[in-house]
Amino acid sequence: MNILAPFQKKSKDVSSQVFKASRRDFIKIGGMLTGGLVLGINFFSCNEKGKKISTLAPNVYLRITSDGEVVIIAHRSEMGQGIRTSLPLIVADELGANWSKVRIIQAEGDEKTYGSQNTDGSFSVRMFYKPMREAGAIAKLLLIQAAAQKWDVPITECDTENSQVIHKTSNKSIGFGELVETAKNSPIPALKDIKLKDRTQFNMIGHQTPIIDLHDIVSGKAIFGIDAVVENMKIAVIKRCPTLGGKVKSFDDKKTLSIPGVIKVIPIKGGDIPPTIEKPLSGVAVIAENTWAAIKGRDALEVEWDLGPNAQYDSTKQLEELTQEVQKSGTLRRNRGDFNKAKAGAKQLIEHTYIAPYLAHATVEPPNALAVIKNGSCEIWAPTQHPQGARDAVASALGINAEKVKVNVTLLGGGFGRKSKPDFIVEAAILAKESGLPIKVQWTREDDLHHDFFHALSVQRIVATIDQDNKLSGWNHHIAYPSISATFDAAVLQAADGELGQGATDFPYNVPSIKVETHDAKAHLRIGWLRSVRNIPQVFAIGTMLDEIAEARKMDPIAQALELLGDDRSITFNEEMVNGTYTNYGENISDYPWETARMKNVIQRVAKEAGWGKKLSSGSALGFAAHRSFLTYVACIVEVSVDSNKKISIHNVHYAVDCGTAVNIDRVKSQFEGGAQFSASLALKSEITVKNGRVVQNNYDGYQIIRMPESPKQIHVHIIDSEAKPTGVGEPPVPPFTPALCNAIYAATGKRIYKLPIDLTS
Amino acid sequence: MAKYSIQVNGKTHEVDVMDDMPLLWVLRDVLAMKGTKFGCGKALCGACTVNLDDTAIRSCSFPISAVGKGKITTIEGISEEGNHPVQQAWEKYVVPQCGYCQTGQIMNAVALLKSNSSPSEQEIEQAMQGNLCRCGTYNRIKEAILSVAAES
Repeated sequence: MNILAPFQKKSKDVSSQVFKASRRDFIKIGGMLTGGLVLGINFFSCNEKGKKISTLAPNVYLRITSDGEVVIIAHRSEMGQGIRTSLPLIVADELGANWSKVRIIQAEGDEKTYGSQNTDGSFSVRMFYKPMREAGAIAKLLLIQAAAQKWDVPITECDTENSQVIHKTSNKSIGFGELVETAKNSPIPALKDIKLKDRTQFNMIGHQTPIIDLHDIVSGKAIFGIDAVVENMKIAVIKRCPTLGGKVKSFDDKKTLSIPGVIKVIPIKGGDIPPTIEKPLSGVAVIAENTWAAIKGRDALEVEWDLGPNAQYDSTKQLEELTQEVQKSGTLRRNRGDFNKAKAGAKQLIEHTYIAPYLAHATVEPPNALAVIKNGSCEIWAPTQHPQGARDAVASALGINAEKVKVNVTLLGGGFGRKSKPDFIVEAAILAKESGLPIKVQWTREDDLHHDFFHALSVQRIVATIDQDNKLSGWNHHIAYPSISATFDAAVLQAADGELGQGATDFPYNVPSIKVETHDAKAHLRIGWLRSVRNIPQVFAIGTMLDEIAEARKMDPIAQALELLGDDRSITFNEEMVNGTYTNYGENISDYPWETARMKNVIQRVAKEAGWGKKLSSGSALGFAAHRSFLTYVACIVEVSVDSNKKISIHNVHYAVDCGTAVNIDRVKSQFEGGAQFSASLALKSEITVKNGRVVQNNYDGYQIIRMPESPKQIHVHIIDSEAKPTGVGEPPVPPFTPALCNAIYAATGKRIYKLPIDLTS
Repeated sequence: MAKYSIQVNGKTHEVDVMDDMPLLWVLRDVLAMKGTKFGCGKALCGACTVNLDDTAIRSCSFPISAVGKGKITTIEGISEEGNHPVQQAWEKYVVPQCGYCQTGQIMNAVALLKSNSSPSEQEIEQAMQGNLCRCGTYNRIKEAILSVAAES
């Protein structure tokens, strides 16, 4: 099975090595950090025996200036998750820096300097927590050594706080800035000589720190991709072929060119199958002095298309076909016990088919990118999750060396996976080359919804068997959806390991017979990854089915979950995988095992916090679901009421989350608050459909996102206090919310949900 | 193309643009005021919200020719230092995630509080329903608005 871009091996245990930056490094990082004490932090990974196996390039720089300012380079993309705050605060906490004297600079996309900056898969904190702490601690030791030497006291008597070194017994203190000259000339301490803070000493980790961009955002000064400007910049709006694999046959730009402000019309080659993520779609670009002229020019274009192989494609029909397909036997992907035997001996058999539609990312900032080509080099400004991917794609499209491409990462007005694909950045580069002008490509909302890398539609059938002793004896999960891999390789027709390992093949429950089967589903759109990816349809099906099984067994769903998780143990899955492996979000299962104790703990916590079993006012009901994704354990209880007009009100959402060490409590909470809203959108509102190969929905009226009046009212986030390694929080809130909501709706109305988005009127 | 004289944040600007150009693109592309955002172009998401006199309008669907003598206020114009009570409340509750929709949310909230200085939760929900937030910051927006109302 194919390795998928978002599920690539992220890290082993990453460790760091700090070094003093050389003159060459200063040049490499564009003079951003010259002067003062400058440390580079070199990340490397280790094998199981702790032996260093590969040295990556230096990734992160830290500077302390002679006036005491601490500058930290942020090398991950900020899209609302708070990473520009959370990683620097880890360094600052270990260093003992005064946060108000810390300045954060966004790194450009440069793999040699920073290593991979691909920001997805909820792994930035997970991967960089330890090295960031080590970097802060090394800088701290250098400064303490300098102060101890000056005062002629033992280093053990010194500490740092508030950007000062302090000598506890004599009450002396000295600012970091004054120590820089001495510290600069000292050798870098070895990792074994540093002492990381005990967690009781943390001032920032595990506390609440407002995001560093807060004031710029509320005053309208924050620079998103759409706000990047260079002199003489022109705007391009593109008419793209409405069907995947279609191409421009001919076009007439007479009317377009008569619109004031329109400068040029340039066709763009594309429309290949597989589409990949770095190639543009076939289309015709209108280049104009301003966005409005470009939009009007695009409207006036007359294009004849060769619509290609997907011209007849109809998503409703495909859902019907897949519903037939999953009734058959599929490709076995996980096997335990003998499901047929369980079926033969069953007292009761429960069987349902679960349907979920295509979804679009619909970031409120539509894709956009600015490209300037000068003297054979290309400079990009873009809201990108993956600057190196963008750089390589641009280099390849322009036929130049990757070193000639510089990618500046702006703030992202939402990402959710869309902005890790560089197609829109390549469009800007191609047009800048063809026109000889600095070009900002601007997607409209219609472009975004018509030409996204869609979260694929899905049909899943689950058959569960209950034996004579009222035990859940068998579980057979059939899965059919176009794979993300098909975007890279059109021959792929079934789900990849990385997709199945998001709930389906890592089904953790103690059931004697488990069978997971996949079925063919052809891709007719560009398929991509959306926040929490395949966990969405898989956990919708699994979480609602478990609730139905509990009812059939006359058991409380929470009691059943605890029973099925069984004794405290680590689950590995791999011995039951057929023709594949369990990918565990890119981590070794030995480093991040699936621990039933942690799951039971969050379930018990959420039950307590939400008052599971309490009497509710009439018409209100609770629903439960729990799921581990991106290595984080989440249990969720949703309280709803449904009125006589079938209007659903979501009063309370309780999450219990075990994400290991929670670095910035406020941003963990905000990710869960937002994750509930994101899941509420897809549960209640959002659906992309396709007719004649074309996406039907044009804007936020057709493709709906939840709005304030119907959004979940109170979202309570209960974070397990933990010293374990930190794990992701961007995606894990999304999967369990939807089944918990469906189960609550069933408890309130007696209606089971088998299809998303939820429609109680049908 | 036609010449217009418009008042934005207390200053008069002369612009020469197409008469159907939405105010959004006049602000962003002609006057280089980037705090007002583009989200949908059809008045469906509220990212482009500015105030015309004291009313919230969606500048993406409001042609320059309709502005007339009305006074436009954008995010850049509600305070010198970004310290309007609504902006302060947004900071206090750490409302933003990605932040892209927030200038529109703030401008909509400013207009709401001008017309109703102590809105109920339900009135806030009704008034803010035209402003989408894909990151899902609605509850903090509501808390921030309620806090401003409580202090006024």
